[in-house]
Amino acid sequence: MSSGAPAPVLEMRGIRKVFPGVVALDSVDLTLHAGDVHMLLGENGAGKSTLMKILAGAYRKDAGEIQLNGQPVEIVSPRDARDLGIRVIYQELNLVPHLSVAENIFLGELPTHGFPGFVDWRALHDRTAALLVDLGLTLDPRAPVGRLGLAQRQMVEIAKALASPGTSILVMDEPTSALTSREVTQLFALIERLTARGVSIVYITHRLDEVFRIGRRITVMRDGRHVTTRPIDQVTVPELVRLMANRDLSDHFPKVRAERGAELLRVEGLQVRGVLSDISFSLHAGEVLGISGLLGAGRTELARVIAGADRFDQGRLLVDGRDVRFRSPADAIARGIGLLPEDRKAQGLVPGLTVARNIALPHGRRLAPLGVLSRRCEADMAAPISDELRVKATPTQAVRLLSGGNQQKVVLGKWLAGAGRVFIFDEPTRGVDVGAKVEIYNLMNRLTARGAGILMISSELPELLGMSDRILVMHRGRIHAELSAAEATEERVLSAALGLAS
Amino acid sequence: MKDARQFGTLIGLVLLSAGLWILTPHFLTVSNLVNVVEQTSINAIVAVGMTFVILSGGIDLSVGSIVALAGVVLGTSLQSGHPLAIALALALAAGTAAGLVNGALISGGGLPPFIVTLGTMSIARGAALLFTEGRPVSGFDAAFRLLATGRVGFVPAPVIAMAVVYAAAHLVLTRTTFGRYVYAIGGNEEATRLSGVAVRFHKTMIYGVSGLMSAIAAVLLTARLNSAQPIAGINYELDAIAATVIGGTSLMGGEGTLGGTLVGALIMGVLRNGLNLLGVSSFLQQIVIGGVIVIAVLLDTVLKRKNRT
Repeated sequence: MSSGAPAPVLEMRGIRKVFPGVVALDSVDLTLHAGDVHMLLGENGAGKSTLMKILAGAYRKDAGEIQLNGQPVEIVSPRDARDLGIRVIYQELNLVPHLSVAENIFLGELPTHGFPGFVDWRALHDRTAALLVDLGLTLDPRAPVGRLGLAQRQMVEIAKALASPGTSILVMDEPTSALTSREVTQLFALIERLTARGVSIVYITHRLDEVFRIGRRITVMRDGRHVTTRPIDQVTVPELVRLMANRDLSDHFPKVRAERGAELLRVEGLQVRGVLSDISFSLHAGEVLGISGLLGAGRTELARVIAGADRFDQGRLLVDGRDVRFRSPADAIARGIGLLPEDRKAQGLVPGLTVARNIALPHGRRLAPLGVLSRRCEADMAAPISDELRVKATPTQAVRLLSGGNQQKVVLGKWLAGAGRVFIFDEPTRGVDVGAKVEIYNLMNRLTARGAGILMISSELPELLGMSDRILVMHRGRIHAELSAAEATEERVLSAALGLAS
Repeated sequence: MKDARQFGTLIGLVLLSAGLWILTPHFLTVSNLVNVVEQTSINAIVAVGMTFVILSGGIDLSVGSIVALAGVVLGTSLQSGHPLAIALALALAAGTAAGLVNGALISGGGLPPFIVTLGTMSIARGAALLFTEGRPVSGFDAAFRLLATGRVGFVPAPVIAMAVVYAAAHLVLTRTTFGRYVYAIGGNEEATRLSGVAVRFHKTMIYGVSGLMSAIAAVLLTARLNSAQPIAGINYELDAIAATVIGGTSLMGGEGTLGGTLVGALIMGVLRNGLNLLGVSSFLQQIVIGGVIVIAVLLDTVLKRKNRT
């Protein structure tokens, strides 16, 4: 493998991008050579997608420079990126299902007869056929894209990217996430042919086996920073995992271990077709059970099933030793299970209602057995909770006007007001400032001290390691590993999340 | 902020009234004002149900047809000699039942409210026509007609009915868990469901309330016309939606008040009355009323955008 090609095709240097409150990219470099297959690696939120969106013109960088073939370029729109020969294939494909393969490939530049506006169908199909042959693809130019399989659609997307002659850089964002192993082989064969023609490829993936199958160089990113770039033969799997995970554990977590009590919740052989299979675990009083996994591993789906928001196909769910089958979240709440949903805006809050009314929302039946609310009952219920959580707002303020941290506290407050004993926290500190994070951790300590059990789903490894008593690691809908607090390290959790043997 | 918004609608009503007073002094006589409110009362009651539905994030196009259906149930049962109380109960039950059917299809079947109520709009109208073979049912006891013609002091009975309905509905909306859930479902249905609220049940009840309001309107209308007509209530849904929206209720759900709806209904009533007094042709009236609806909503949108940023 010739990794020491002379002049780089693309050089991104010192790229910086700041979103309100977060530095997404901090002085990141990326160098790409002709015919390279460059694997871009990192945990969720490491900044890979942001970097590629800057290359694609979807985001504008705040600092840094981009050079193409040694020439500095400014990419401020997707149009610019296309004109420079840069194409990105996102996970969610951008094809029109009712149109044919040929129409999709040449959409926007359909060949016309001399008479403007009339499509020259023969030219269209001839050009498409020629392109497909050239790429070694066996697709019918006239087939509607909607009837093709996912892998074939991906091929159409790639053909579309290469239909314009100038395309020299192709970015693929987790292209195999929905493909079968045979389809993956087809895709890799195509990638080989493309690189032979001098196209350079940036390939984002979480699958380490793919890294070693087709990668020629790797770049690892972590927390918005560039960690390392190396030829593939100078890195091993364990090393890669360490590079992705390693960070200074200076963050301090105020974890207080509570006494482990009776079993509150037990899950046996739980299955949801196509999403979860054979999930078994138990949660005890006083325990924080962390759940780790990559996006799409089934963590949120598991949370929703336990909270009664979705149904399960097979298996058992036991609360306090008794079998339950929830038909709605109301059933789960009646058994003392509260869910802090992943997306609080969409699922946790009614933005137009006040702080007090949001907190009181799950407790209508208790507050007003006959349905008539007394004038102050909601405020009376909410006030002590609001104080305990230090929500920086008055009870009569609409939650829409609150900051992210305060909104999250209100969602937490909904469940504190009840008699809940099992709390499911799905990404409890996402988008929350540091001060509020610590308050949420302290609250978790108080809950476990009171004898509650907490199921904490989190993509932030330090938080997961810092606050959990045990950690379950999910991979493709299964529990891949269970680690005690003592044995859990970032590397072990990440290895398991990537599906490697632990 | 919400109060300011309601205040704005009220100012609109006052300015409109002042303008009409200048143009035609007869507008501001007691008898005319009482007349306006009386004329408005039926639409205003239908708009109460519409406000519940729109607050919950839905829409009810079938209200006018349910007015006709409940009206003919009332008319025929009175004509066939049932006591007034029984006839009234049957009419209210018919309207509520029609509303509950809407609600059950929407919340149980997961169908869009627009489509369901578009269908029942036609079905209820057809049922009313079928039931009466297309003929109005006319001529009732003076005792029944008192519901429209009676007065307490100088206040006509329909105005009292409207006041009672608004007071009761306002209490339901602000002081009961049901009312809270109406806002919560409209504001974020999924979050409400995840909070353990029986969303389907409450959504069904919301459309039931709308049906009940249409039936109450049907009683007043039948008494006023001394006739139950299967073609009554045509376009009532448009007036009710207009009153609700002019009154500041968001079509997206979750935000709005009944006070706003009442003012919205009065604006519509005052506008019609004033244009009549000014001798504006009924053709031109439609254009003016349509314009007012659009301008009111436009102002609301602009103000809200300003408030949010």
